Formats: sequence, structure tokens, C-alpha cells
Amino acid sequence: MASKVIHALYIDDDILMDAVKKVRSEHYHIEEVYTPFPVHGLDKAMGLPHTRLAITAFMYGCVGLTVAITMMNFIMIEDWPQDIGGKPSFSYLENLPAFVPIMFELTVFFAAHLMVITFYMRSKLWPFKEAENPDVRTTDDHFLMEVDATNKNVDELTSLLSDTGAVEIKVIDKEEDNH
Amino acid sequence: MYTLSNRLRLFSIVLMVVGLIGLIAGFAQRPGSIQEVKEMMAAHDAHGGGHGDTHAVSDGHAKNTHGEEDAHGGDAHYEHVLHQLQNKPWAALYVAAFFFFMIALGVLAFYAIQFAAQAGWSPVLFRIMEAITAYLVPGGIILFVILALSGFHVNHLFVWADPEVVAHDKLIQGKVGWLNSTGFIIRAAIFLGGWLTYRHFAVKFSRKQDEDTTGNKWYKKSFKISAAFLVFFIYTESMMSWDWIMSFDPHWFSTLFGWYVFASLFVSGITTIALITIYLKSKGYLDFVNNSHIHDLAKFMFGISIFWTYLWFSQFMLIWYSNIPEEVTYFITRIEDYKLPFFGMLVMNFIFPLLVLMNSDFKRVNWFVVMAGIVILCGHYVDVFNMVMPATVGESWFIGISEISAVLLFLGLFLFVVFRALTKAPLLAKGNPYIEESKHFHY
Repeated sequence: MASKVIHALYIDDDILMDAVKKVRSEHYHIEEVYTPFPVHGLDKAMGLPHTRLAITAFMYGCVGLTVAITMMNFIMIEDWPQDIGGKPSFSYLENLPAFVPIMFELTVFFAAHLMVITFYMRSKLWPFKEAENPDVRTTDDHFLMEVDATNKNVDELTSLLSDTGAVEIKVIDKEEDNH
Repeated sequence: MYTLSNRLRLFSIVLMVVGLIGLIAGFAQRPGSIQEVKEMMAAHDAHGGGHGDTHAVSDGHAKNTHGEEDAHGGDAHYEHVLHQLQNKPWAALYVAAFFFFMIALGVLAFYAIQFAAQAGWSPVLFRIMEAITAYLVPGGIILFVILALSGFHVNHLFVWADPEVVAHDKLIQGKVGWLNSTGFIIRAAIFLGGWLTYRHFAVKFSRKQDEDTTGNKWYKKSFKISAAFLVFFIYTESMMSWDWIMSFDPHWFSTLFGWYVFASLFVSGITTIALITIYLKSKGYLDFVNNSHIHDLAKFMFGISIFWTYLWFSQFMLIWYSNIPEEVTYFITRIEDYKLPFFGMLVMNFIFPLLVLMNSDFKRVNWFVVMAGIVILCGHYVDVFNMVMPATVGESWFIGISEISAVLLFLGLFLFVVFRALTKAPLLAKGNPYIEESKHFHY
């Protein structure tokens, strides 16, 4: 299916934020915004749904905590009982203070690493992946807003975008969705 | 401009009067002799209940060990209890005086950090912080008087102040170079003098900056004095915590004690800023404070609560692990005689704020922040209680008329001084160069 998008380039994140709000209030659909750095509040302005990454982080943390408890209970209590701090109780609960740091660290370790991997997978970022950003300047100092222009009045949209402070506007015909 | 309502003024004065009367009653109720202690304990046991049972058990214990010796042996226990009960109103007074003082001190440190970091979000809250630090003057003077009385052994709060005790104690003798009455008072004067001097000039510069329309001359002075103060503060705060709290147990020491007390006073101070901000907003003042400011304060409450727990655990775990008698006795006393306040404090200062303030959206719901804030403040009162009481009152502790009255007295004074100070200047520090950024702060 043939589709048409407009690429509008900005050089300042504050101008971009105002432009995003303006374009959305005029009921145009913003497909994507490419920025050289994370712009605070942009997700809210674009109306993106809230991230579910926090839920996965909680689950990974629970996994890490379980791994820590099971591992230390096996190593320190069952397999080779240890006399911890001169208190030979050989009980996991009575030696709990000694285990708390490891429980905490593994919880953080699992949550952090698995969350990063999840984030990369979900953002379709893996090794040897071809870059998707349409303009290399978005990796330097430009901000690019991709607005859907299919079945829309292109001239009207172009003048709206130039009013919002875009420094460059390009109309692009896409034959098919190639990403 | 804020005007102090008559209701609030009356409320704080009533609190002070009730607290003062209760405290006088608490001092008057102190037993004067061993005979009175015996009567009190007999009357107390007759009531039965949980407390009565434990006392009955310890009485029986005393009789078993000393019963066959002469009558004086049996009285040793009662004499011990007598000293503890005589200490009790003093210790209650000390805990409350220190608690409200440390709130103001925590706010002062937070205020200085805002300047030194050139924070852009917080200048709309500066006048509230300045008002809370006004309590440092009366609170500091009262604390200094109590410290001077204790340091010169008018009461028995500090055992190292008793020459009789020092004469028989090799460990304290080794520390006399630091722990002596004269040095104690001189150091207290230096700490308080330094903090109050910074407070005086910081507030003065902030007011002057309001009128200064041409440049940031006074702001720059505030920046410099704040940076210098923070260096002074972190050394003196650490030494203050050794002197004013750790020396209750002169045999025991912990190298991170200064940080631990700092975390406690810092989180209490930030919580108080949040509570007073929400109160003023509910009265229709501070229309330039939005819920992102509350959100940021709540984030600090959450974060510093966890920081406090980290330090508490670091101190506890190492001492528990190594199990060295002269160190571990500190925690054994607290776990055996203070089980409820000791573990209750962990629930109030860690688990409750962790669960309530974890969610990002809850941090901007006022009543959530107020609820968490009240629990945190009570929790840190219990924290100070746990640090002071075991060495002064021992197992004879209970929350009685002295403790409640002392809190009411200083709460009344705190509210009176802080809200009167709020009326002294416009609620917006309009001259601050970051004030526009702060007004538009949005998370």
C-alpha cells in the first residue's frame, strides 16, 4: 500500500515539543520522532501509552531474589553448612542479616540486566541491525518528526509544520512499509 | 504575605502550655527514694497486664539472686530502677528537644544544598525552608541549656559526666581528652554558633536579593556562604552526633554514626518542608507551587528513607556479624528491652514509605504524602528515642506523661516559631535568578 509521510526537521528540543503538541492538536498522526538524545516529556506529548518496562523489572527482580535465596541456602546451609560469624545456627533465617546484601545485589543485577535486554529487544535493537533513522543528522543535532500525510492535504500540513519552526520539510512517498 | 491565623497561634500556645504542665508533672512524679520505687512498682504490678507480668518476673529474679544475702543486695535492683526513673523526664525532654532541633537543622542543610547545587526546581520553596530554620534559634538555645546542665552533671543523662563513674572506668578514662564537660560545652557552642551564623546571613542575603533588581550580587554571596557552610556542617554534624548522642553509650562507637544521624535529620527536615508546603497550599497560599514540586519532595522522602535504612543496616549487620561483646551489647540491649520501638521503627521508616511512595503517581497525591510524612516523622522520633533511652532509662522505659508532654511542648514551640517566621517575608523569593525556572518546573 502506498503511503505518504512528511519529515520535518527541528534544531531545538523546546521548539520540537511545542511542534508536537501543535501537530497533535490539529489531529495529524505523528508516526515517530527521531532525536539525538532523550527529550523529557516527549512520550507524554506524543500520547504514547505508559511503558510496561517497570512490570518486567519487578518480575526480573523477583527472579533474582529467588535465585539468591535458593543459591545461598544450598551453598551455605545445605551442601556445606557454614558457621557464620561465630554463630553456628545452620539456619537460613537466623543468619539472614549476612545474606541480605547478596539478596539485594542479585535482585538489582537481574532486574537491571534483563530489563536492558528486554528494552533492546522491544526497541528492535540487536547486533548487526541496520539503522532505521531516516536522516543521519538526527544522531548529531537535529530532531526529525515523521507525520503521516496519506490522504491528507500536503500543502496545508507543510505550512502548519513550517509555522511550528521546522527548518526543513520533505514529502516522502513510501511504496511499502519497509521496516 | 502570610498572616498567622489566631486559631493556629492559639493552638500552638495551648500545646506549649499543656506540654509544660505535663512536663512539670512528669518531673514532680519522679520517685525520690527506693521506698517510693517499691511502692510504685507494687502498685503497677497490681494492675496486672503485659507490663505487670514482665516486672513481676524481673522482681522474682532479683529476689532469687539476692534474697539470701542481706537486705542491701535486694535493694540494688531498686536503686538501679530509681536512677532510671529519675532520668526519665530528663531523657524525654532531651529526645523531644533534639528531635525538633534536628528537623530545623536538616532543613538548613537541604537549603544550603539547593544553593550550592544551583537547583532550579526549588526556589519557590525557599521561604518555607527559611521559616523552618528560624526554629534553630530558640531550639538551639534550649538544647544548649539542656546540654550544659547534662554536661556539668546536674542530671545523670551522660554517665561520662559523673566523676565517680569515670574514676572506676578505664575505657572512659582513655576518652577524657574528648569527653569532658568543658570541651563538650565549647564544642556545642562552636557547632551551634556556626550553624546559626550561616542561617542568619543566608536569610539576610535571600531577603536582600528580593530588592536587588539589577544583578545577582546577593545570590552569589548566598552561593559562596552555602558552599562554605556545607563543608563546616558535615564535620560539625558528625562530631555533634558523637557528642550529643553516641556519648550516651561511652564504651560503644560506630564510625558511620554521623551519617546515620544525618540521614535521620535530613529525611525529617525534607518531610517537614513537604508537610508545611501542603498545609499552606490547602490554605490558598503558594499558588506558584505545583504538584511537580510536591512530587520532587516526595521523591526525596522516599530516597532518603531508603538511604537511612541502608546506613541502619550497614551499622547493624557488621556489628551483628562480628559479634564482639563491647560492640554487640548496643544492639542486644535494644532488641531485648526495646523490641517494639526498635523493629517498629524499621516498619515506619522503611517499609511504610517504601510501599506508599514507590508509585510515581502517589507522590503527587497530597494526602498520600501527608500520611507517609506523619509516619516518617513519628518513626524518626522513635529512632532518636531508641538512640537515647536505652543508655539513660534502660528497661524502665515507657511512653508516659513526660514523653508526650515534651513532644507537645516542642511541637507547640516549633509551630509557633515557624509560622510566625513565615509572616516576616513574602512567600515567594522573587529575586532569585532561578525563580522563573522554578515556577515552570514540570516533571
